Amino acid sequence: MALNLRTLVAALLVLALLLVPVYAAFIGNNFILSVCTRMVILAIAATSLNLIMGYGGMVSFGHAAYLGIGGYVVGILAFEGIYSGFIQWPLALVVSAVFALVIGALSLRTKGVYFIMITLAFAQMIYYVGVSLSRYGADDGLTIQRRSQFGDLINMSHKATFYYVCLACLFITLFVVWRLVNSRFGMAIQGARSNDTRMRAIGFPTYRYKLTCFVIAGTICGLAGALLANHTDFISPAVMHWTRSGDLIVMVVLGGMATLFGPLIGTVAFLALEEALPFVMSKTIDPYFIPSGIRPSEYWQIILGPLLLLVVLFARGGIDGFLARISDKEPS
Amino acid sequence: MRKSVLAAGAALLLAAVPAAAQQKSVKIGFISTFSGPTAVIGNDMRNAFELALDQMGRKMGGLPVEVVYEDDQQKPEVGKQKTEKMIESDKVDFIVGYIWSNVLLASVKPIVDSKTFLVVANAGATQVAGELCSPYIFSTSWTNDQTPQAVAAYMDKKGIKTVYLIGPNYAAGKENLGGMKTFFKGKVVGEDYTKWPDQLDFSAELSKARAANPDAIYTFYPGAAGVQFLNQYAQAGMQGKIPLYSTFVVDSLSLPRQKDAALGIMTAYQWGADLPNDANKKFVSGFMEKYKSEPSFYGAQAYDAANLVASAVAGVKGDLSKKDAVQAALKKADFKSVRGAFKFGNNNYPVQNFYMQEVVKDGANYKLKTVATAMENASDPHHGKCSMK
Amino acid sequence: MLLFLEQCLNGLQFGLLLFLLAAGLTLVFGIMDLVNLAHGSLYMMGAYFGATFTALTGSYLGGIAIALVATLLLGMAVEVIAMRRLYGRDHLDHVLGTFGLILFFNELVRLIWGPAGMNLTLPGWLNTSIEILPGVNYSMYRLAIIVVALGVALGLYLVVMRTRIGMLIRAGASNREMTGALGINIKLLYTFVFGVGAALAGLAGMMQAAILTAQIGMGENILILAFVVIIIGGIGSIRGAFIASIFAGLIDTVGRAVIPDVLKLVLSPSAASTAGPALSSMLIYLLMAIVLVVRPAGLFPAPGNR
Repeated sequence: MALNLRTLVAALLVLALLLVPVYAAFIGNNFILSVCTRMVILAIAATSLNLIMGYGGMVSFGHAAYLGIGGYVVGILAFEGIYSGFIQWPLALVVSAVFALVIGALSLRTKGVYFIMITLAFAQMIYYVGVSLSRYGADDGLTIQRRSQFGDLINMSHKATFYYVCLACLFITLFVVWRLVNSRFGMAIQGARSNDTRMRAIGFPTYRYKLTCFVIAGTICGLAGALLANHTDFISPAVMHWTRSGDLIVMVVLGGMATLFGPLIGTVAFLALEEALPFVMSKTIDPYFIPSGIRPSEYWQIILGPLLLLVVLFARGGIDGFLARISDKEPS
Repeated sequence: MRKSVLAAGAALLLAAVPAAAQQKSVKIGFISTFSGPTAVIGNDMRNAFELALDQMGRKMGGLPVEVVYEDDQQKPEVGKQKTEKMIESDKVDFIVGYIWSNVLLASVKPIVDSKTFLVVANAGATQVAGELCSPYIFSTSWTNDQTPQAVAAYMDKKGIKTVYLIGPNYAAGKENLGGMKTFFKGKVVGEDYTKWPDQLDFSAELSKARAANPDAIYTFYPGAAGVQFLNQYAQAGMQGKIPLYSTFVVDSLSLPRQKDAALGIMTAYQWGADLPNDANKKFVSGFMEKYKSEPSFYGAQAYDAANLVASAVAGVKGDLSKKDAVQAALKKADFKSVRGAFKFGNNNYPVQNFYMQEVVKDGANYKLKTVATAMENASDPHHGKCSMK
Repeated sequence: MLLFLEQCLNGLQFGLLLFLLAAGLTLVFGIMDLVNLAHGSLYMMGAYFGATFTALTGSYLGGIAIALVATLLLGMAVEVIAMRRLYGRDHLDHVLGTFGLILFFNELVRLIWGPAGMNLTLPGWLNTSIEILPGVNYSMYRLAIIVVALGVALGLYLVVMRTRIGMLIRAGASNREMTGALGINIKLLYTFVFGVGAALAGLAGMMQAAILTAQIGMGENILILAFVVIIIGGIGSIRGAFIASIFAGLIDTVGRAVIPDVLKLVLSPSAASTAGPALSSMLIYLLMAIVLVVRPAGLFPAPGNR
């Protein structure tokens, strides 16, 4: 069972992601590269959320805040004339880490739904700070005139190069998460998820472990934020809106929690659905409705919504869990 | 199982390869808001644009026209993404549309960078007329502070000494109220900005305005928020007590829902359905016939944008490869605008008249009636900041 | 001073409206342990039902009554078709599943009623203002909302505290398994509670519709506030939800009115008017964070939800 369906899908996905720029150049359409860059960046964010939510059982409903923090660090520095990526990126990570430390230290005093809501509260506060930054565009956001500069080393404005930078960040993130989860630290975190009291009883300072985990996840997501700001050349409070945090949760759950590749699969599936569903509907259903003047493809969310509900009801463990179950049934 | 997955993957890849070598056509990307409460505006613009295309036989300079419509969801980052999609994936020759100033501001960079021609059909962000002006950007509308300028002049004439300002907190809201502050000669006794587009309850602001007891209240709320503002203004018992002046609150889209709450309100536009010129008659009657409702100024601007693009394509005889020639052809503005005389200033913004209009009841319908010319041949206040001469 | 009083009334009105939403939410959350993001969709459906039925019947009160029954039935239907299958599942499953329902309802409304939103026309006797103190006019309709919501709050209190069904609800909130074990028809109770919660949300929606018009997505922002309120109050506690709602309404409205003026003393007017609303929106989240740090289960946690 070395090569089961589950690993095959993950391998194919990685291979496809590696080949995207080649394909984009081949068909001469850079937009697909742009879509995939976004996928990869959000997959980093989703993977970091999975670290605390899937493995650690800490459901953060405010994870998008770090996307905003990382992005705003890049945006504000660029606005003030500091373009060097050697300053922007490390600072984005440090600031995200500090925020995660403060938020985590306070939030981890609560449990369950209260934890969900307190993380939301902090994210909302940061969102409104973004809204009140009138020097940096407030609600309207801030256009970033120049991407992060890395001297002659890397040109971030080159689409394929930037894509591979993001992809490298994703692979590093996956590797870090994999190492963490399989370390003593990771075992303790997962132990605390299923029984916090017992872990404490056998001498693990779970609060400190969880806090560390929370800070690591926030930092990684801050990196995703810095990448996202560079990708869109734009940053606005909307990046931190609570629905974005909800989207991230959906991506992780859809792909499969507490699995290494689940969040990546979930992100790709969610964003691909967003792009593909209206397209497919416009080709298949719309022609039947031409006389009525209705375009059903504009109502694609009426399909997406129940689809999500069905995933919850019938495909527990998300797509990855679904694949795993098929693999197990498959005679080999 | 494994085989079928591979096969499905291969099929997907193949399906995504576009059909080779498309036929020659004019490709236009149209960005507006087609979802959410402000989709009425986007639909009105799309209807007017489609009408213009129908009237020209869906051909420009002998070439068939292809239009791609995209929804910006009224969000800057979505608008920017859709703009990039049009440039990179659809490879459009012209981009038309934009209702919202903040969406436009976020989208300008990729358009100018890729040297795609943009015809702004509503959003009036002042920077785009000033510092950010570009030979690739044209407008069939105005800058955000122009209509308040017209209203301010009218208020001065009416002898109003104090005004209280209420508006939405986004690029256009700040510039619109800013225009009133700059051009109104009396005193601004208070100003409130509300969260946009989420905040729709204006009770706190209206209470403050009433307590300040000004001669008039001035406001700017486009789309559905304008309906809510007028409702609450009436419910608070302020209608008829403190006069309300506004821009972009009453239009033919919102009037059917504002009804009596809007009666008597004065506003300013650069266009009216009752302007007596042939192009306008053709537009208004064609629109009424096709869509059974009266067009709004949003539609009028989109209609002009379609005709502007058509005039440029005809001007270069369908050869869109030479950017300079297209630019010159656009600048000539060789088309009949529904607002009458139309020419571009140095920054590619129109030099045009503004009219005062009043909401009147016409049978069961509510209409805007042009009552005076507020400004003649007005250039926008920002053309001096544009580097183009 | 008079202005301040008026702002407090505005805040009270908003807070009571929040309470109508929060009451249903906290009951469903406390008794069925269900995180229902789609509660805001029921609020939206209530608004659309209200606007539609008042227009159809031509009578304001009649239309509202029909709309209330319609939201009650819709709520029960949603419970039987979808929610029932989510009980006992992970909170995350609830979030994802009900998030899907939000998308569904938003698109459904757009399909049926179009994107433009709908007005709910008030009868003349409500659409006026009334002199509450010498020289202070206040919107008759907002006053009516305050009265109705206070009435509903009182009614809820009496039902929960004084009747048999209220006893069951309280029992359910403090110990779900035990109530079931006592042979109570839990299924029916759940459907009923969910339906009542939906009707309350619908009532809030249709009352708000006359002020704000019925809009797609109108439930989402207020839903988050309602969640904040029930968390501050303690899950499952109607009393907590009531107090927290009033608090939240006052903070939000009075903050919005006062903070920009205070900020103008230190900032430029435009910066102050940008930061003001943002800060006042933030206050309520700050309040929640402080409450949770000090009391990790809210102010008045129901006995079973500590």
